[in-house]
Amino acid sequence: MLASVPTFALVGVDSHEVTVEVDVRRGLPAFTVVGLPDAAVREARERVRAALLNSQLDFPLQRLTANLAPASVRKAGPSFDLALAAGVLVASDQVPADALERTAVCGELSLSGLLRPVRGALSGALAARRAGYERLIVPEGNAGEAALSDDLEVLGVPSLRQLVELLHGRWQPEPATPQVRPVRDRVDEPDMADVRGQVDAKRALEIAAAGGHNVLMVGPPGAGKTMVARRLPGILPPPSLDEALEITRIHGAAGLGDGRLATERPFRAPHHTISPQGLVGGGSVPRPGEITLAHRGVLFLDEVAEFSRSSLEALRQPLEDGQAQIVRGQRSLTFPARAMLVAACNPCPCARPREECRCNEVDRLRYGRRLSGPLIDRIDLVCQAEAPRAVELVSAGGGCDRSPAIRERVVAARERQHRRLAGTCALCNADMDGRLTRRHAALGGEVAERLLGSVESGSLTGRGHDRVLRLARTVADLAGRERIMPDDLDEALAYRLAPRAPIAA
Amino acid sequence: MSAACDACLRRGFLVGHLASRIAGLLDSSRRRVPGLLSLGDERLVAAVAGDGAAEALAFLDGFDPAAARAQVRASGARALCRHDPAYPAQLEPLSDAPSVLFLAGEGDIREAVSLEPSVAIVGARRASDYGLEVTRELGRGLGAAGVTVVSGMALGIDAAAHRACLDGGGVPVAVLACGTDVVYPRTNRMLYERILERGVVLSELPPGQRPFRWSFPARNRIMAGLSQITVVVEAADPSGSLITGTFAGQLGRTVGAVPGQVTSRRAAGSNGLLKDGALFVTSPQDLLDELFGTESDRARTARSPSRPEPPADPVRALLLEAVEAGLGIEGICAHAGLPVHEARAGLSRLEAAGHVSRDALGVYRPRLAVADGRPAA
Repeated sequence: MLASVPTFALVGVDSHEVTVEVDVRRGLPAFTVVGLPDAAVREARERVRAALLNSQLDFPLQRLTANLAPASVRKAGPSFDLALAAGVLVASDQVPADALERTAVCGELSLSGLLRPVRGALSGALAARRAGYERLIVPEGNAGEAALSDDLEVLGVPSLRQLVELLHGRWQPEPATPQVRPVRDRVDEPDMADVRGQVDAKRALEIAAAGGHNVLMVGPPGAGKTMVARRLPGILPPPSLDEALEITRIHGAAGLGDGRLATERPFRAPHHTISPQGLVGGGSVPRPGEITLAHRGVLFLDEVAEFSRSSLEALRQPLEDGQAQIVRGQRSLTFPARAMLVAACNPCPCARPREECRCNEVDRLRYGRRLSGPLIDRIDLVCQAEAPRAVELVSAGGGCDRSPAIRERVVAARERQHRRLAGTCALCNADMDGRLTRRHAALGGEVAERLLGSVESGSLTGRGHDRVLRLARTVADLAGRERIMPDDLDEALAYRLAPRAPIAA
Repeated sequence: MSAACDACLRRGFLVGHLASRIAGLLDSSRRRVPGLLSLGDERLVAAVAGDGAAEALAFLDGFDPAAARAQVRASGARALCRHDPAYPAQLEPLSDAPSVLFLAGEGDIREAVSLEPSVAIVGARRASDYGLEVTRELGRGLGAAGVTVVSGMALGIDAAAHRACLDGGGVPVAVLACGTDVVYPRTNRMLYERILERGVVLSELPPGQRPFRWSFPARNRIMAGLSQITVVVEAADPSGSLITGTFAGQLGRTVGAVPGQVTSRRAAGSNGLLKDGALFVTSPQDLLDELFGTESDRARTARSPSRPEPPADPVRALLLEAVEAGLGIEGICAHAGLPVHEARAGLSRLEAAGHVSRDALGVYRPRLAVADGRPAA
């Protein structure tokens, strides 16, 4: 007899539908799995056999053939176990054939028959809903995450035995409820006001947060660049439901989530020894890179000049397109990668304060060149972080707004952008393409002249021109202005750094 | 074209031949060759050649002036010996004046250092922004006044002096510690080409010679010898630049120094010179006054080019003042009493007007004097 059970395979961060077909017929006892399975999938045979027997169920002593369709796509990982077991149960008449109608199944088995959670439950649930399934059966540990997808009945099952009870209609699990990660305790959260001085970096980060722009902080070690950067998530607007789902889906697929809906934007700070693949994704079984894990959040590159040249080069395309494209042999994969880049570096290789600097011209040139060109052109704001003076360290109060107050301004600015950009695929000013930029960031006569002058004098590239306009748009949004005023453009130009600025000779 | 007599040419190539021997002798010190180069050919060989003496004497005997001249020509240089009338007379007081100078470049050495006054500007390779800025102002002012600027084409102050002199329209003279066809340091290749176009690159070492540690202090004596005034911008103590100043003093030439921070180690040498009575140099005008006298027409007409008109807006003037004082962005805000977003906007205007510029990492710096309407590089 033949059974077919739909399940979902995780490819990158997206799930693709896979149908598990199980055929049971007379012959020498054997269990074959076909359809490009990897080692973990082939081992599923042993897990399925032991789990069935340990759950006091029958493992038919007949010829079993399982096919994972479409047969042309490589299957990896243990998430097919449950679908295979369910297929065997149906094909050997141990559960009613119609019990799995319009139902998808996903999960890993242990030998005892208990179900183990898998990666990418939300991704699978969203795909199941899109494919028109009504029910999704997952291990209990995945139920909360999968239930974040609405319009889908998610059933969390603890063991294979309980699955059989469920399919016979003798047991009904509690409907799984979505879990939301509690917003962190506001008292403990790092606050911008904790950081002394750093007015420039704080202002730059506020603008960046308001428009989703990329920032570079330049300053000596110990100035507090990392401290300021770590406080960026606290002033970013909380993710919308769609964004939160995206974040949760990606983190679930990477095995980082805790199954609850994310309420904060991610903050990823990879070490500078990271490989290009680690940064933008890759590997023989493609995994998302740091920029994808930072999707809708912040990618912080401390000591950015220490990153390998190939890693920084690899970042260029994702930063521009908002997605990372990985080409592996026959197929190509696309990961979402719309993150804010926050980079930090020292003013020169010796990293001493300006008066004690021991670098010569060549060292400094070489250092600057490592960042210059393609990467610096994609940075909208370059700000200076200075070591705080002793007086500021001991004085009470940072003299700046607390994070919630800054966040309010940021949220207000973002709301203006949402209204303006409603119906387009851009969520914030940094997302605007050339056409949207021209429509929404138009300049009045005198202001336009001023910008044109910068382009003609060669201090702005074509891409730089649009980026400055978007930045000026954000500055105006922060000030609550619908029109971009000369001062807004001036401030944008002051943060924007020309890619080939002459280096002091 | 000027020529060199066979004996002088032979001497020049002998020094090149013995260069690595001299280096072996002076390996551990940065001292100048004490009197070595004033020795006659045979005695020089005896003093430095050691077990290579026979070979060196054979080199002297087998010296082929025609082949040597061809080699010099092939390198794009020309040789000038001390018997030639074009040989700079001001080198004569040196006890160890080079017998022959190898010259390259379009500039005329006689015009550059004999007919026109010349000033040597020397200083640290690892110079501060302040040092570099003052150097540029000095070089530009001297260049614009038609005064030749002599320096060593090293990184830092030297290179900045050459560039500024070129920008000001002057004739730069680079004295190298290696052959005139060897670019050292290589980073200065562009600058080297520019100097060749308008100025003179010279050396006492024959073409193809790489630099040695001893050849740097050795060329310093030539720099000091060629110039009426030697200005030390930033020099630690001890340092090569200080040696140049000492040579100039021994020759009875004027030694000038630019005051530096008293807490800065790299200005210790130059500040020490000031303490000992060196000319206090704060602007090109100080040097022009010294060269031509305060009342001369030349000093007056050759005023150094000025900065653009200071901004009329008082707040922007405060901002500019803060940038000129070398303050960071926070200091700038505090000085002008502005919140950071207004300060940034104001700086942007100052940049557009040519008062300030930003370096590769966005740090604001004052923009230098503007010569014939063209902003400084």
